[in-house]
Amino acid sequence: MFIRNMRQTLRSPIFVFVSLFQPLLYLFLFMPLLNGLGGVPGLPAGKTVQIFIPGLLVMMALFGSAFVGFNLIDDIRSGVIERFLVTPVSRSAILLGRVLRDALVLLTQCVLITLVAIPLGLSVNVGGFLLSLVLYAMVSITMASMSYSFALIYRIEDPLAPTLNTITLPLSLLSGIMLPLALAPLWLQDLAKANPFSYAVNASRALFAGNFHNMDIIEGFVIVFLLMSVVFWWSLNSLRKLEE
Amino acid sequence: MTEELVIETKGLKKTFVSKIKGKKKEVEAVKGVDLAVKKGEIFGFLGPNGAGKSTTQKMLSTLLPPTGGEAKVAGFDLQKEQSQIRKNIGYVSQAGGTDSGATGYENLILQAQLYGIDDKTAKKQAEELVKRFQMDSFADRPASTYSGGQKRRLDVALGMTHRPQLLLLDEPTTGLDPQSRVYMWEEIKKLKADGVSIFLTTHYMEEADNLCDTIAIIDDGTIIVKGTPMELKNSIGADIIVFGFSDENIARKSEQLLEKFHPEKITLEETFVRLHIKDGDRAMPEVLRLLDANNLKAQNITLSRPSLDDVFLKYTGRSLREDNK
Repeated sequence: MFIRNMRQTLRSPIFVFVSLFQPLLYLFLFMPLLNGLGGVPGLPAGKTVQIFIPGLLVMMALFGSAFVGFNLIDDIRSGVIERFLVTPVSRSAILLGRVLRDALVLLTQCVLITLVAIPLGLSVNVGGFLLSLVLYAMVSITMASMSYSFALIYRIEDPLAPTLNTITLPLSLLSGIMLPLALAPLWLQDLAKANPFSYAVNASRALFAGNFHNMDIIEGFVIVFLLMSVVFWWSLNSLRKLEE
Repeated sequence: MTEELVIETKGLKKTFVSKIKGKKKEVEAVKGVDLAVKKGEIFGFLGPNGAGKSTTQKMLSTLLPPTGGEAKVAGFDLQKEQSQIRKNIGYVSQAGGTDSGATGYENLILQAQLYGIDDKTAKKQAEELVKRFQMDSFADRPASTYSGGQKRRLDVALGMTHRPQLLLLDEPTTGLDPQSRVYMWEEIKKLKADGVSIFLTTHYMEEADNLCDTIAIIDDGTIIVKGTPMELKNSIGADIIVFGFSDENIARKSEQLLEKFHPEKITLEETFVRLHIKDGDRAMPEVLRLLDANNLKAQNITLSRPSLDDVFLKYTGRSLREDNK
């Protein structure tokens, strides 16, 4: 299943790069803005790239994987999913093949962006970076599973985009990716604590810095892992109910 | 029962619950269907759109859990042995389910892998299927470039990948041009000759008539009549022979004369006589001889035999053709 989906992606590899465009824009058109802010709480002067990139990668995982549901709708409509469902292949393999593909595409993009950012002053702890890739993969699987769940429930494109936007936008705003949450009023900081992905961002930053003893890392992994498990189970359930 | 059955259902039922503006509404799509499909036959499930054909077939394919009733498919219990059923049947949905970005070969190989067939065998089988369904000229092109008939061939080949003993076809020729349709009929007959049992749905009378050994007509979630195409047509009763004469006088005389044949019914309408008679094709020569002998010359004669459409009309009070418009 994974190979089939990978082949589907490789048939139009150009899109892997097109979707890189947005993070690149953030890198070149938004990060300089942050540089000017250097020195405010949570954003030490001269180290913005170190704070910004780990967050940006989480955001890529959030947005990059959130809209994969559209491609599932195509497969539902053309009867491909139905055809898979009448074979003895396990229901979870049908979805797992897709989310693993999505995660792999995402990781490729993360590696590319990180390589671009190194000349801009990013210092990378290799071990930490590899661990953080696992984290991004989990974020990506969570978002992709959610996207597939909605696709399986709606089965048409129209309501899918607004639903996914409504969910991803607050998730990214409340994760301290763009600007450190230390700048936020207290109520906003409290709200952000309810956002599982803000823990992912904290963990990602700690890993890039190589602070392996930081509790943020364990917290981030545990929270994202639990969330991923729940959302994947939900998508599996949606797949079983597809024909109802 | 001496004959082996590949599908046997008792009171198979499906009720959908839909919410419209917060109100729950139950829709009985299939209201208790009893089916018996014999091994090796082509069984046609005939009915207008929305009659419950596809829903029944989806239940039999394990895609859709039934609301009630019992069923055995390929010898396995539909409620308990779904994975066994999946291994033993092929299902080709109306949409088909080809991956249009992939080539015919890629589609076939993946399908084999889904059934747990190893790569080498999968490749060999794909090549066999390509030959079997005459797809050599296009199997290495992406399926998105196929014509309707080519795509349908691939769909059926996908359904036959694991050599199931039972193939479920959901409207196999809907949307095909006449030539492709005839080709598909030939393929389905070939499958039958190979010993595959086939359960197909259709809303085409000609298709059911041409192809099927047994037909069940379904309307509004209920089977209204079952039998061979011949039995069903005979249940309508007589054939109709219509004679057109040059004037009413001759017509009236002919009507009186034709009473001799003890027809089921005979009517006179201006210059036309309608003779309702069993086995009209056999009676025709004698009827003509008698008219000739009495110097009553008919200007035109038509024999119409009851079609399955008449069967549908008789049992539902509606014409299937009208329904499809």
